Amino acid sequence: MLVECLAKEGVDCMFGYPGGVTLPFYDVLYDCAIKHILVRHEENAAFAAEGYARATGKVGVCCATSGPGATNLTTGLVDALMDSIPIVAITGQVSTKLIGSDAFQEADTFGITRSATKHNYLVKSLADLPRIVHEAFYVASTGRPGPVLVDIAKDVFQGQGHYEPVSSIHLPGYKVFTEGHTGQIKRAAQLVQESASPLVYSGGGVIAAGASRELREFVELTDAPVVQTLMGLGALPSEHPNFISMPGMHGSYAANMALTGCDLLIALGVRFDDRVTGRLAAFAPHAKVIHVDIDPAEIGKNRAPDVPIVGDVKRVLGKLNKALSETRPVDEKLSSARRAWWHRIREWKAEYPFPAEVSDSEIKPQHLMREIDRLSAGHAIVTTDVGQHQMWAAQLIRFNEPRLWITSGGLGSMGFGLPSAIGAQMARPDKLVFSLVGDGGFQMSIPELSTIMVNRLPIKIVVMNNGHLGMVRQWQTLFFNDRLSSVELGCFPDVQKLAAAYGFQGASVEKPSELAGALERAVAEPGPYLLNVAVTPFESVYPMVPAGAAINEMVMGPPQPQAVVAK
Amino acid sequence: MLLTISLLLENKPGALMRVTGVLSQRGYNIESLTVARTLDPEVSRMTIMVDVDSALRQQVIKQINKPVNVLQATDLTDAPKVLRELVLVRVRTAMESRPAVLKEAEIFGGRVVDSSTEGFAIEVTGAPEKLQEFIDVMGSYGEIDVTRSGAVAITLDARKLKLQPPVPTRTGAKLEETVY
Repeated sequence: MLVECLAKEGVDCMFGYPGGVTLPFYDVLYDCAIKHILVRHEENAAFAAEGYARATGKVGVCCATSGPGATNLTTGLVDALMDSIPIVAITGQVSTKLIGSDAFQEADTFGITRSATKHNYLVKSLADLPRIVHEAFYVASTGRPGPVLVDIAKDVFQGQGHYEPVSSIHLPGYKVFTEGHTGQIKRAAQLVQESASPLVYSGGGVIAAGASRELREFVELTDAPVVQTLMGLGALPSEHPNFISMPGMHGSYAANMALTGCDLLIALGVRFDDRVTGRLAAFAPHAKVIHVDIDPAEIGKNRAPDVPIVGDVKRVLGKLNKALSETRPVDEKLSSARRAWWHRIREWKAEYPFPAEVSDSEIKPQHLMREIDRLSAGHAIVTTDVGQHQMWAAQLIRFNEPRLWITSGGLGSMGFGLPSAIGAQMARPDKLVFSLVGDGGFQMSIPELSTIMVNRLPIKIVVMNNGHLGMVRQWQTLFFNDRLSSVELGCFPDVQKLAAAYGFQGASVEKPSELAGALERAVAEPGPYLLNVAVTPFESVYPMVPAGAAINEMVMGPPQPQAVVAK
Repeated sequence: MLLTISLLLENKPGALMRVTGVLSQRGYNIESLTVARTLDPEVSRMTIMVDVDSALRQQVIKQINKPVNVLQATDLTDAPKVLRELVLVRVRTAMESRPAVLKEAEIFGGRVVDSSTEGFAIEVTGAPEKLQEFIDVMGSYGEIDVTRSGAVAITLDARKLKLQPPVPTRTGAKLEETVY
């Protein structure tokens, strides 16, 4: 019956790991068209489902057994919750009569995942199952998307029953606000019309809403400059002339200065995260704020907006664009102020572009990102872990379409890059997928190499190997007197042998002159490829906004010898 | 500040946990919480008193409204309302003090619900501050045991509960294709 429910929801592919209580479910799966990808650890099933969802916008599905299977999923659930990614997790639970008896492989999954999910269910009766599964998909994919877990007792899995189609879902307390308040949209249009230095601050909500086209229309109607958060990259193409870059802790000088200098902040599907805002009191201090978000609890959480709009960004922007296209063009005084605003932004961009260091003797991490960018040309999927490589990639790799950049943003989970690439490549077999990981995160997810091999997924795994947990090392260097405590990894497997052990191609590269060729060979290989890139071990990510500082108080380079602190 | 929140929620397993979880995960201490069914057996009414930083007041109400099982959460702190609590006090007192104890109970509108040679059990309802006074007074007569019910509140505003209508399922249809 569960399989029928999943099929009715259009599930074509799921990621999981079977176990004792899910045996009856896997027995039915044996005969059905849904493709089940057997991962090597349940956490990776959740990450892979996220990769699938992030690459397509469809609901990703993962499955685990009771007890340890379910607890292992939890990190992936929180990851999806933090980044608002729609996934449905199916977990097995011990039989209803054993629940609460400390039975073998029993855990209180329903209780444990209460705060790890948007909503969760414990199913103790077969009659409830179809309704609950359809509700789960509905809740996961509507409003602010998120993970929903369905914990199913073993006897429910075993039950025989006829699937009766469910015609409607009734969740009387589940409110989804999509349209936006007409009066507020009018006020927003007026503020946009009157602004001398507007700035669009666009985030993951724009991608979740599929509002790329509307964003582009808005930008072209208003000629406003745009910063896109880590979660929002690709909604407006990186090559669009109005795109400045990513703001925040490791954002560009121009993006952070623009945020500090703007008089109107048009915040779309963002949550004023601490990694973007720095010291909140000094964030966009001169700006009026229009905040559009589908989650009413995000409005005013960190910054009180002048114009709050609760709604779906796609719908709201559509209406806003319509309102703007019906207004008069701005007068000469304002339009000259806007030209001056653009002039300042161009100066900031020219003053401190992202450091594009290339050395003859060793591979700089930035050099690696430039080369991946060259091969991707803004159209490949790139998945990452969390840390330095993630920040350099976000700074330097172009994304000209939404849903190409797949990264663990809010939770910052190491070991995300490889399994999420599995999900993304399953969802988009037509796409070139780079799984760009650090040597730390990679070692958390090595087992998934066999999943990649079994399914012949042509993922290009690029390990940015600096021999350290680089971001932690950077903080120890900057804030703990360079006392490097437990950040040197010390040992890394021989990559060629490792890849060969799993049955695919791999190589290691150390010389800058060989980097481009090695990456081209990886891309040309029809199957999976593991490329280890030895980079400068002690490079740090700049610019950097120290914790507690305002975002215009950036450290532009290493403390010695050329410390530069922007005004 | 001490917030009084009135909440309607679906009477389902785990619904209480979702509400208390919103508060506990932010480190708020719940002063009192009462919950019971309403006229509709599928819906429960909850009254929560919780100490919250006043700047976060609106945010807390929005977060409490988020769980799927919550139908409506309302901040009654400054709203027109009636708020009552019940207390049961067991007081052990010497024979000569008994008339005085009864007199005090009468002043507080209390009702003796048990009487024995050792003392009385007395029931009082009222505003939480008034009950505290009563408890203090009883304490002066001898050893006491106290059980408080937690506050229950009812709004005096006529507010209509807005519920979401059913939506059709997408069964049979493919999920909406997204634009790449």
